[in-house]
Amino acid sequence: MSTADEKSRKAAAQPSGSIPTAEEGPAPADTAGGKVMAFFFIGLAASLFVGWIVFPKLLYSQKKQPIDFNHAMHVQEVDNGCESCHFFRPDGTFTGIPKLDKCLECHEEVQGDSAEESRFVNQYAQKGKEVPWLVYAKQPACVFFSHVAHVRMGKMDCAACHGNIGESQHTRVYEQNRISGYSRDIWGRNISGFKRHTWDSMKMADCAACHKRAGVHQTSVQTGKGACFVCHK
Amino acid sequence: MAFGIGGAVGTALSPLPWKLTDDLSIWTQNWPWTPVPPHGEVTQVDSVCTLCPGGCGISVRKVEDRVVKIEGMPGHPVNDGGICLLGASGAQLLYGPSRIEGPLKRVGRRGDGRWQPVSWKAAVAEVAGKLGVLRSGGEPHTLGCLLRSDRGTVPGLFSRLLTVFGSPNLMRMPSIQDTYELTLYQMQGALALPGFDVDNTDFLLSFGSGYIQGWGSPVHMFRAHSRWRNRGGRVVQVEPRLSISAAKADDWLAIKPGTEAALAMGLSHVIITESLYDRDFIENRCRGFESWVDAEGRIQPGFKQRVLNTYTPAKVSEITGIAAADVVRLARDFAKAARPLAICGRGRGRVPGDLGAFMAVHALNALCGSIQRAGGVWAVPEPDYINWFQPEMDKVAATGMQQSRLDGAGGPQYPLARYLTSYLAEIINAGKGYPLKALLVAGDNPAYTLPAGGNVRKALDSIPFIVSFSSFMDETTRMADLVLPNHIYLERLEDVPLAQGFSRPLVQLCKPVTAPQFNTRHSGDVVIDIARALGGSVATAFPWKSYADCLKETLGGNFQKLMRQVYMVGRGTGAPGHNAAFETASGKFEFTNPEFKIRPDYEPIEAEGDAASFPLVLVPYDSMRLASGFVADSPFMVKAVDDTVLKGRDILVEINPQTARKYGLADGAIALLRTPRGKARVKIYHFEGLMPGLVAMPTGLGHSAYDEYIGGKGVNFNRLIGPVQDPVSGLDAAWGIRAKLTRV
Ligand code: SF4
Repeated sequence: MSTADEKSRKAAAQPSGSIPTAEEGPAPADTAGGKVMAFFFIGLAASLFVGWIVFPKLLYSQKKQPIDFNHAMHVQEVDNGCESCHFFRPDGTFTGIPKLDKCLECHEEVQGDSAEESRFVNQYAQKGKEVPWLVYAKQPACVFFSHVAHVRMGKMDCAACHGNIGESQHTRVYEQNRISGYSRDIWGRNISGFKRHTWDSMKMADCAACHKRAGVHQTSVQTGKGACFVCHK
Repeated sequence: MAFGIGGAVGTALSPLPWKLTDDLSIWTQNWPWTPVPPHGEVTQVDSVCTLCPGGCGISVRKVEDRVVKIEGMPGHPVNDGGICLLGASGAQLLYGPSRIEGPLKRVGRRGDGRWQPVSWKAAVAEVAGKLGVLRSGGEPHTLGCLLRSDRGTVPGLFSRLLTVFGSPNLMRMPSIQDTYELTLYQMQGALALPGFDVDNTDFLLSFGSGYIQGWGSPVHMFRAHSRWRNRGGRVVQVEPRLSISAAKADDWLAIKPGTEAALAMGLSHVIITESLYDRDFIENRCRGFESWVDAEGRIQPGFKQRVLNTYTPAKVSEITGIAAADVVRLARDFAKAARPLAICGRGRGRVPGDLGAFMAVHALNALCGSIQRAGGVWAVPEPDYINWFQPEMDKVAATGMQQSRLDGAGGPQYPLARYLTSYLAEIINAGKGYPLKALLVAGDNPAYTLPAGGNVRKALDSIPFIVSFSSFMDETTRMADLVLPNHIYLERLEDVPLAQGFSRPLVQLCKPVTAPQFNTRHSGDVVIDIARALGGSVATAFPWKSYADCLKETLGGNFQKLMRQVYMVGRGTGAPGHNAAFETASGKFEFTNPEFKIRPDYEPIEAEGDAASFPLVLVPYDSMRLASGFVADSPFMVKAVDDTVLKGRDILVEINPQTARKYGLADGAIALLRTPRGKARVKIYHFEGLMPGLVAMPTGLGHSAYDEYIGGKGVNFNRLIGPVQDPVSGLDAAWGIRAKLTRV
């Protein structure tokens, strides 16, 4: 197939004003049509490959957490489950990932024989340096999220959004979106956006769906749906 | 082409375009350079704002150690939760680019801005070395020290250093405080600060005071203003320009500038002739109202006689340009109000003003009994908690202290004045007295804030050794040889001994809200370090381990209390009353102090310059949106300035359209403004609210130092005006300067 040919033929035909006839079309039809289809499918396949396989690989960079943290082991050691370290302050704000101070309550000295623990104590605890944890669940700054509204008032379970992280023995690789800078967990591991568990993704649609189910401020004057200002202050 | 179409279809069927669109939209909503406060524990720390003398309590919101918001402290007696634009943008000063990050030593020429970081130890050693030479040379008095205020422990330490060093040249920056203090001393015999019970007044008569433009304690005045509005109080503003204060007043009387004292005397005339004055107060608590016979047997005219002889409404109308009928009506309204209060000091009160005029206004208050009672003027005693032991002075210091002050304050010509800082530059430049060989500057920016800025810079240039304690690279600091940056108010511990204009004694504690951002050091500690390095009797005068120790010892049991509650009010809520209020020899309120023979009067203070070459008169105006004091505007404030004040980099000057037409100055035209002190490029703004013949310029612009957000915008008014001496007190009483506008 030659597009240049086609063009020149059209260009030659037009000044005479004649309508191109069937004979003037690409010939011979069957071999050329096959080629076109072949190219079409090659293009299709290539782009599908790029879109589904290559693109997600390119889009996310892989980062390791500074310390390989064992949630499962910690949960066993503490009395109060998740809230032992991730708790509400008296003013209702949520601590999120604990600061060094909290870790120091137990780890001023090395406690066990884990290599990661002694690395933590040497590199961070003793130097008074905060651990630069990478936060899987971090939402963009334009989102106002209140833990207390969900956990205390909404009676939601931590796992509803965070999954079974409390059972993990190692920290996962943190995949960072190269464009937006946020974690892959927000969009979800499935690049097509489908999810099986509530915690698979944490996009606006996920929040909105749950808010709709729970009837949270479905009072927007403009849209008749969830009010934007619930989350976007 | 088929490949392309296939590719397009495939791409559309893959998540790529949708995901990319989503990511890009998130990216655009969260620009990585937009500062977002960190997540973390939110705390609220209460402290005091010291960005102006207003003394507002602040409540600082922090996320972890990062200051994110400054609000007024609820329940605080001065500002009860309110805050001004400057106070609210304090975080920009804390984190702004003009902060000095550590001690610096000048390399290169003065003002070139080339610095070399030095250690604190080396910096203190350098100061001690340079100052030590002055002492060993027997000329300790050639050390000068310029401070914003002379109250509180940090100024106290500077003052102590100068005393034991041997120099009388401690100077405070000028303001209406100077004149009000003299007024209270003359008429009430009190060494006190003026307090105004604005909360309880029902008639405010303001002689050009910008009562909602930064006069007194700015936020306190704002709150009082709202209260008058809600409770039906009346406000009359007397000034030649339709300022915000005039616009918000019930009445605005456009007066010829500089003649306010004549109006005050005229009002007294009406009040006396119509017997509207407070008879009980005048007859029982005052002296000098009626004429009296002095020790030599001569008849001295009393206030009443002078007012009746000279200030008839017709005469006053001639002087002030206000109709005689208006004078009479205003006098009646004022005197008939239940709790009238007259205030003075133009604009924000940056220029001290003339003593006669202040006394005339104070006399007007006295006529209505508005002294020491609810809604009136109260003498607020000087803070008295600093009781350090008397330092021992060696011979060098004792001889040095015998020298007369370089600025002439307290000298034979101006015995009343405590400080005449406005003239320091002229004295130095004229080579009068002795040369200053070293200067310490703390808490202010005299190269910007003093009048005749050009002269000030010249004078500074002639001083061989200048040490700046500023936290910012301001105009003065640029001229320094050594910079010893202080923590800013959000990082330091310091007592705040007054709230300007507040009616009750108030001691507050400014405490560190966050850790110092840079390698700065508390000026109190640095003074102690310097004294210690100087050794001998200078060192023994400073036995404290640190400034914090000194402060704790000074405040005693109140330290912990202040740490908890920020402020302590010295007296109950009621008015002080008249008993023991007057510490004059007679124990009465004096209309004319017999000792000094200084009395309320109108003495015209002429604007500098000759009318032939300078047909117009330039006057300043202050605004809450610009900080015209020692702290520069925050970038946030610069954004809030109207385009009738600043457009691009051009400053706008107001002029009445009628005057503008006479000189062919179109609205928006660029013109050259000349005064006897300097010239500047300005933009013309036609404003009906300004009296013809005047040109009005905003203060607080035209910084030549600082950063791109603050510097290089507009013109500094102080560069265009010079001080004009009040013949009585010697204080600067300039209200304007002659000027000329030409189109360019
Ligand atoms: S009025 Fe003065 S003291 Fe009060 S917040 Fe504003 S700058 Fe600070």
